[in-house]
Amino acid sequence: MTATQEPTQGEIGRDRRRKEDQRLITGRTRWTDNITLPGMLHLAMVRSPFPHARITGIDTSAAKAGTNVVAVYTGADLGESQGACINAWPVVPDQVTPAHLPMPSDRVAFAGETVAVVVARSAAEARDAAELVEVDYEELPAALDLKESAEAHTNGGALAHPDLGTNVSAVWRFDSAEAGTGGDVEQAIAEARQDGIVIEREYRQQRLIPAFMEPRSVVVDPTGEQITMWSATQVPHILRFALAATTGVPESKIRVIAPDVGGGFGGKLQQTPEEMIAFAVARKLGKPVKFTETRSESLLTAHHGRDQWQRLTLAATKDGHVTGLKVDLLADLGAYVAIVGGGVPVLGAFMFNAIYKFPAYQFQTTNVLTNKTWTDAYRGAGRPEATFAIERLMDELANELGKDPLEVREMNWIKHEEFPFTTVAGLEYDSGNYEAATARAKEMFGYDALRAEQAERRSRGDKVQLGIGVSTFTEMCGLAPSRVLGSLNYGAGGWEHAEVRMLPTGKVEVVTGASAHGQGHETAFSQIVADRLGVPFEDVEVLHGDTQISHKGLDTYGSRSLVVGGEALVRAVDKVIEKAKPVAAHLLEASADDLEFSGGRFSVRGTDQGMAITEIATAVFAAHNLPDGVEASIDSEATYDPVNFNYPHGTHLCAVEVDTETGQVRMRKYACCDDIGNVINPLIVSGQVHGGLVQGIAQALWEEAVYDENGTLVTGSFVDYLLPTAADTISFDLDHTTSPATTNSLGTKGVGEAGTIASTPAVVNAVVDALRPYGVHDVAMPCTPERVWRAINTGGSGGETTEAAAPHFDESEGAAQ
Amino acid sequence: MIPAAFEYVAPTSVEEALAALAEHGDDAKVIAGGQSLLPVLRMRLNAPEWVIDLGRIDSLRGVRDGGDHLAIGAMTTHHDVGEDPLIHEHALLISKAITHLADAQVRHRGTFGGALAHADPAGDLGAPALALGSTFVVQGPGGTREIPADDFFVDLFETSISEDEILTEVRVPKHGGWGAAYEKFVRIAHQWPIVAVAAAVRMEGDTIAEARIGLTNMGSTPLRARAAEQALAGQPATEEGVAAGAAAAAEGTNPPSDLNGDADYRRHLATVLTRRAVLAAAGRG
Repeated sequence: MTATQEPTQGEIGRDRRRKEDQRLITGRTRWTDNITLPGMLHLAMVRSPFPHARITGIDTSAAKAGTNVVAVYTGADLGESQGACINAWPVVPDQVTPAHLPMPSDRVAFAGETVAVVVARSAAEARDAAELVEVDYEELPAALDLKESAEAHTNGGALAHPDLGTNVSAVWRFDSAEAGTGGDVEQAIAEARQDGIVIEREYRQQRLIPAFMEPRSVVVDPTGEQITMWSATQVPHILRFALAATTGVPESKIRVIAPDVGGGFGGKLQQTPEEMIAFAVARKLGKPVKFTETRSESLLTAHHGRDQWQRLTLAATKDGHVTGLKVDLLADLGAYVAIVGGGVPVLGAFMFNAIYKFPAYQFQTTNVLTNKTWTDAYRGAGRPEATFAIERLMDELANELGKDPLEVREMNWIKHEEFPFTTVAGLEYDSGNYEAATARAKEMFGYDALRAEQAERRSRGDKVQLGIGVSTFTEMCGLAPSRVLGSLNYGAGGWEHAEVRMLPTGKVEVVTGASAHGQGHETAFSQIVADRLGVPFEDVEVLHGDTQISHKGLDTYGSRSLVVGGEALVRAVDKVIEKAKPVAAHLLEASADDLEFSGGRFSVRGTDQGMAITEIATAVFAAHNLPDGVEASIDSEATYDPVNFNYPHGTHLCAVEVDTETGQVRMRKYACCDDIGNVINPLIVSGQVHGGLVQGIAQALWEEAVYDENGTLVTGSFVDYLLPTAADTISFDLDHTTSPATTNSLGTKGVGEAGTIASTPAVVNAVVDALRPYGVHDVAMPCTPERVWRAINTGGSGGETTEAAAPHFDESEGAAQ
Repeated sequence: MIPAAFEYVAPTSVEEALAALAEHGDDAKVIAGGQSLLPVLRMRLNAPEWVIDLGRIDSLRGVRDGGDHLAIGAMTTHHDVGEDPLIHEHALLISKAITHLADAQVRHRGTFGGALAHADPAGDLGAPALALGSTFVVQGPGGTREIPADDFFVDLFETSISEDEILTEVRVPKHGGWGAAYEKFVRIAHQWPIVAVAAAVRMEGDTIAEARIGLTNMGSTPLRARAAEQALAGQPATEEGVAAGAAAAAEGTNPPSDLNGDADYRRHLATVLTRRAVLAAAGRG
């Protein structure tokens, strides 16, 4: 199945510059915060400084007297009108799920939670008055450490929600012997302890912050027949559903618009307290309102990602064939179970076995509530964590065996002739070729030469050591078959909707239920339609992100837009052609059976007679001469529900130089060969891979959300939350092999998360590989220079992060000039 | 990120600025390039009633030759200082440090005097200014006074500029012919240094005749690594010779512990970076 994609004259496969870039890059477009309505009021949130406290009193009188303050509301004032924040995925029937009010009136459960909202004529006046709201708190013991919180119900430790009696929200388990998809993992481990190799490790997935470029913003206008909400969201359709379901306002009375949205990475797939509060305030006052968060508020309160402890046991034979993998996770949900919430570690459950033919597998996650910002999906959502664990373990196994890490992987991976392959986790991988991707990546990387350089540096004891890291990843994406989601107790389906409108002037409007927030849907979807319908790329307009225009949809996350939404679009286009065919036959005075459609034209076989589909659109608009019984429309829509997930894969190779004197890690080379099936737009794909790589590398080296012992987020600005820029990265070498997906007609696979999923273990494996001569077998993430230095000098994985930040913007500064 | 409201005045002379400062006293903040003060205001860590902007006082801008020293106007931007040919010739260490300072945007807005008066021990200018033995000229109601570098930095964000005074000029003794290097250690490019070392070296043949070393972020103020300076004087500019002297670089320091590194790690970094900076300054890096 592997082949180089044929060069094409069509739009698909062409590196079109993105249609949307000019308006997005210049900012002269409809970002939510750019929207200003007549009489619009502005909101500011009053937030708890404590991670866990009872609210004993709120005095709003001074704030109400503030300049141009219209109102100040507490949770008690808004009552049930504020609705609730929903959890869409109770992963087990008896999941412990704390009630999540957008603005609680009695108790706060994390630092940053909103306790009052100020409404004023300007954003500055709202902010001024917010400082005048006096809140009395009675501090409660806070559940902060993940491991301690998981045990709190057994030893009287702090509970995130005292009335629940436990911090454990759910224990979700998969066992291949019980499921009938494989053998007994305990037996495999026992056998390996006798006569094989057992690798036992514990890895930390540090907490991360999605840190999208555009902070969240919401505008609500209650003055029309429908209440309109503009929001910087990935999920306008799901948001409308949640608004209706929890406030009692009929869904038909709500319109949600996601205008241009500046990035999300999963961080904007939430139904947020701020959206709910803005909705309630607008309704109460009958006036339009806006709330735009500051960057610090965004880092503090927009949901965080990752945050797991992973206890792992890998069993193998003495020659390196893996016989079993046991995974035991602790996952930090934060203060509430978010919309996907506890489902994030469950999404990882199917991926720890990755590209390998493990005969036995067991997975368990214990989802734990703590008094920290709630966590949810962040680029990769469960799959980066899984990929990190198994790819680190495969390197540990190779080290134990004294073999090359690629050789050990090849011994265990699914061979290309074995597809389709049903894994030990019960998924059917439709296509792939790990051998081809690995061969290409090695070639680009110069693998053998770098290994030789590594050996040379080791032998002369160079202060700068070279490390080579491997990651051969796969992922399940393209969320997802509705039936599978249903079997996992997920609260929604995984279909997508599309519509094609043939305009009388020959132009085409395409409506998609996917909701772009930087992906380039308008360009890629135009390419698909242009080819399939035979119209110019420029004549296709892609409409999205407005429930009045795109009335059905399940939005954008989980690398699903192209593989699910794109397929819905293909089917809608095909229906247009089918509907046009009898009209064409009628106008050409030919039999429909004699027509063929190609290059945008219906032609009568064996003649020079023909008609463009755009001409048919005009004829249908006039409707002067249609066949009997045919409606005056060739517009079409389609809803597509995939039969399977989608399984991109790739081989990523990373070389780092480690300065053993300082612990500094510098990227030397990064080469990856991803197999994402057929590519619609290579330029957009490169952008996705480059950005994804940097985000994954950032987890390995730089980013970490740090809380101190008081439950305060120490990394509350970009001074301390280290987001890399182009200055911190190198040029990446990218290529692709092509094993088309067999489950959609374009043969495409998702690419939005691939780089992030693959790169983190490649980098950490490289760091550890550089340090093997020093007896180092692990460095905790992020691999800071200090941790690397400590690992070299004192062993272990480098120690914990000191929970303090430098006060560069200290309020006590002297004669600042 | 909206600051609390404040009154704004932009005088065009130092005298007017001093009058404004005298009038508003404790309720006023002086703003130079604003690269530190504006984030403080926007994050509402401080809410002065008055902001006195020095941006229109042209006499505070520019680098001039003062004979045995260069006089850098307090309101000269980092970019203009870094690009100045006099600085390159006579105070190379300062231009080396400026190439590492923040990013291009900040270098074009931020000012030399503003950054030094802000006195962040992680700021990139304190160590080179200290190492070169600069003199800080301040003006107040009683006239002008000169503060030697060793007395200028008092504590975290605290200098010996009085509340009724303004920093007007920094005088840097000429160090023509000295080699210089600024070794800045960061995790990502736009970060404040975890530790940085500013080194200027006067060579006599292959021997280090004199070394001047400033340390960034190794205490509550920029510091001189005097023990290392003394140990290096007269040493051959070899890896071993310099390493021996640099080993004393962390003597007498009291670095912070934070999420980028604990104090012991910073002390270690100071010795490594001092060795590298001195070797580079000696042309052996």
